Amino acid sequence: MSDVQKKTFVVTRFDPDRDQVPKTQSYEVPVEPDWKVLDALNFIKDHIDPTLSHRWSCRMAVCGSCGMLVNGEPKLTCKVALSSYGDTVEVAPLPNFPVIRDLVVELDGFMEKFEHVKPWIIRAKERAVEDGPMRQSPEELEEFKHFSMCINCMLCYAACPVVANEPEFLGPAAIALGHRYSLDSRDEGAGERNRIFRGEGTVFACSYANECSEVCPKNVDPAAAVNQAKLKAVIDWAAGLVLPRRAEE
Amino acid sequence: MTEVLRHDVVIVGGGAAGLRAAIAAVEADPGISVALVSKVYPMRSHTVSAEGGAAAVARDDDSFEMHGYDTVKGSDFLGDQDVIQYFVEQAPPELTRLEHWGCPWSRNADGTVATRAFGGMTTKRTWYAADKVGFHMLHTLFQHSMRFDRIVRYDEQFVTKLLVEDGAVRGVAALDIRQGEVRAILGRAVILATGGAGKCFPFTTNGNIKTGDGMALAYREGVALKDMEFVQYHPTGLPGTGILITEATRGEGGRLFNARGERFLETKPEYGVGSKLELGPRDMISRAIFQEIRAGNGIQGTFGEYVHLDLTHLGRELLEKRLPFVLELARTYAGVDPVTQPIPIRPVVHYMMGGVDTDIDGATELAGLYAVGECAAHSMNGANRLGSNSLTECLVFGARAGRHAVGHAKDSGDGSEDPLRRQVEEEAARIDGLRGRAKGSEKLTQVRDEMTQAMESGCGVYREQASMRSATETLAQLRRRCADVALEDRSRVFNTEIVAALELVNMIDVAETVAVAALQRRESRGAHACSEFPGRNDREFLHHSLVYYEPAGPRFDKKDVALGRWEPEERKY
Ligand SMILES: Cc1cc2nc3c(=O)[nH]c(=O)nc-3n(C[C@H](O)[C@H](O)[C@H](O)COP(=O)(O)OP(=O)(O)OC[C@H]3O[C@@H](n4cnc5c(N)ncnc54)[C@H](O)[C@@H]3O)c2cc1C
Ligand code: FES
Repeated sequence: MSDVQKKTFVVTRFDPDRDQVPKTQSYEVPVEPDWKVLDALNFIKDHIDPTLSHRWSCRMAVCGSCGMLVNGEPKLTCKVALSSYGDTVEVAPLPNFPVIRDLVVELDGFMEKFEHVKPWIIRAKERAVEDGPMRQSPEELEEFKHFSMCINCMLCYAACPVVANEPEFLGPAAIALGHRYSLDSRDEGAGERNRIFRGEGTVFACSYANECSEVCPKNVDPAAAVNQAKLKAVIDWAAGLVLPRRAEE
Repeated sequence: MTEVLRHDVVIVGGGAAGLRAAIAAVEADPGISVALVSKVYPMRSHTVSAEGGAAAVARDDDSFEMHGYDTVKGSDFLGDQDVIQYFVEQAPPELTRLEHWGCPWSRNADGTVATRAFGGMTTKRTWYAADKVGFHMLHTLFQHSMRFDRIVRYDEQFVTKLLVEDGAVRGVAALDIRQGEVRAILGRAVILATGGAGKCFPFTTNGNIKTGDGMALAYREGVALKDMEFVQYHPTGLPGTGILITEATRGEGGRLFNARGERFLETKPEYGVGSKLELGPRDMISRAIFQEIRAGNGIQGTFGEYVHLDLTHLGRELLEKRLPFVLELARTYAGVDPVTQPIPIRPVVHYMMGGVDTDIDGATELAGLYAVGECAAHSMNGANRLGSNSLTECLVFGARAGRHAVGHAKDSGDGSEDPLRRQVEEEAARIDGLRGRAKGSEKLTQVRDEMTQAMESGCGVYREQASMRSATETLAQLRRRCADVALEDRSRVFNTEIVAALELVNMIDVAETVAVAALQRRESRGAHACSEFPGRNDREFLHHSLVYYEPAGPRFDKKDVALGRWEPEERKY
């Protein structure tokens, strides 16, 4: 056996079938040196308590399922090493979302926000397949590439002080995604999205706390996207004053 | 009262194949309504993890003939050549569509789409978006699908049964994971797009959700599973976790070394990869690594022996630009930095060549039932899939099946709802009976571990008659023991224990077909390497294998391979 070490996991439990309010439950887990937080949760599920509910799938930091609050910070549990924590590790569901059960939160609200920014290529005239791929220079790709890296893990919503106060706020990931499409040289939908971004509870609601970018496990930098989107929305609006028809196109 | 929802076409699965089918269906007829049912939110589907790329002829030095021949040869001549011909012709338009929908393909300096080398491909024809191709394809498809109101999503709904009446499929029974209810989702055509079954094995690149559900659903309704013995081992997985280090690393120039620092694919011609070296096909390279380890040339580590994948000569700049995800994965999950250190790797279960038996339209022998993506076998991969063909396959055949399903749905009537409602009520009662079924003497995790161990020892890289036979026996016993598993979670809300129990039954069904088909194939072809029968035997075994479900135990049958264009020849590189 490799040096067996034990850690105590204090896990938030909530089953709407029987609980009024969430409670915590402690588990002692023999951990391996190379384990991530998710490995310990899977150990609990498989060997100690099969009633624990949590989401996970890829265990390689790309499907975005396993976001949770670990010792008070939003983390991708399949990516953070247990070795960076002490003998006691607290695991709770992501804040700023309704809890379905235990560590599982409700995402439907986010899915609506996500759709709201029109995350697809908008063109006045769609290109025929026979015409082949569009050209896009490596520099044009660089413009939006990092904003397209979001895995929808929701850590940024859990960290965002604005979402905490105004659950309706469009939020970092959705704004970054809309902005990603507006920056894409193949897209002509920036005007439409700028109109969305000028609406209530969108880019201007952001207080630029930058928490979202700090917790992002994929370095998407949503805070930068929100800031850029703000600027674009304003410039577009100002241009609309001069050339009223363009903004409405 | 059981809730009954109605659509024209029901698609089970929100990965690349399911999403492409859904888009094709609503584009074929804007009046059509599609249910997209998935046990996870579509963007969590395991397509997301694909790293290396998607193949389609793009360059002037390439041709359909070459892509076709590479694929046929890669399949060890078990691929159906009409299907492969259609595939290579449709591949470029499908990847172009994805480009139009916003996929951030990596680019050449002139703005054209960049391509990279991949195993078993004679030229650079693998389109890529750095090394996160599946992620970008999946998100592009998912986001594009949101344009269509007629694609109605049912997220986190687990399909437990196909509803069949009068010889035709009429919909599915789905467990709402969040609420615990079982509902009927009816449609005049059903497309299975549920992905692979790597979780039947202990060491795999596959995520937790790849449990062969769709294969098992079809199998239990009398549809054959085809070519199940062919399980692809990817040569380069991280020891311990099985996390994939993409073949694109070798496409970009990565090399394999044993403990003696020997580049064994070069020094030992008997491995059969010829001048392709690290860009040989996966079955051959996995066997070579396995033999190196057997011969004592492996490097000892915490998780058994491994060999080295060396990228250090490629330089930081190239690695950061083309393989950033590999850097992240190796640093996070293996504790090595590929810029300066070799990556420990060993072969790992990756992909199922076999699946639900379909024709070129994705249609099965059950009227109205289609299958696409990794859960299907249209027979384009035969005995060994070439890397980067399967993402494209999801698009090409997803689109075709989507259109055909619409055609079928328009030509069929709704029929009566009552017998279907009754089926769903029975299914709901069955699942209620499972929930928190405390009595039972078996543990779920124990049965699951025994299944994966049986598969590893019976159906690994090299297979022996005795171990395959004992795997089939173990699996038959495990199937019985599965009925006696105790379940503790009584909650209706997000009960993942019950989902795991249902998945386990599916995996055991699928695993059994793998072992049964493997035992029948007394030759070595593609990924099936049988120690007692080391050569390929076209005279007796140039056929697909079919396994049918029978209450008494699986029944074996065979089916001809569509040849005609490329004659079977010795597979030498
Ligand atoms: C790590 C890795 C890397 C890879 N890299 C490449 C590559 O570079 N190039 C390449 O060509 N191929 C690659 N592959 C293979 C390729 O990614 C897969 O074959 C392909 O993505 C499968 O797509 P799919 O749509 O068939 O299934 P998946 O993406 O697995 O989707 C299956 C869907 O079915 C749903 N589902 C399953 N069961 C049920 C049920 N019971 N009820 C409801 N819904 C259900 C799931 O929720 C999911 O939405 C790779 C595979 C892996 C594992
Ligand atoms: S399990 Fe997929 S991101 Fe963690």
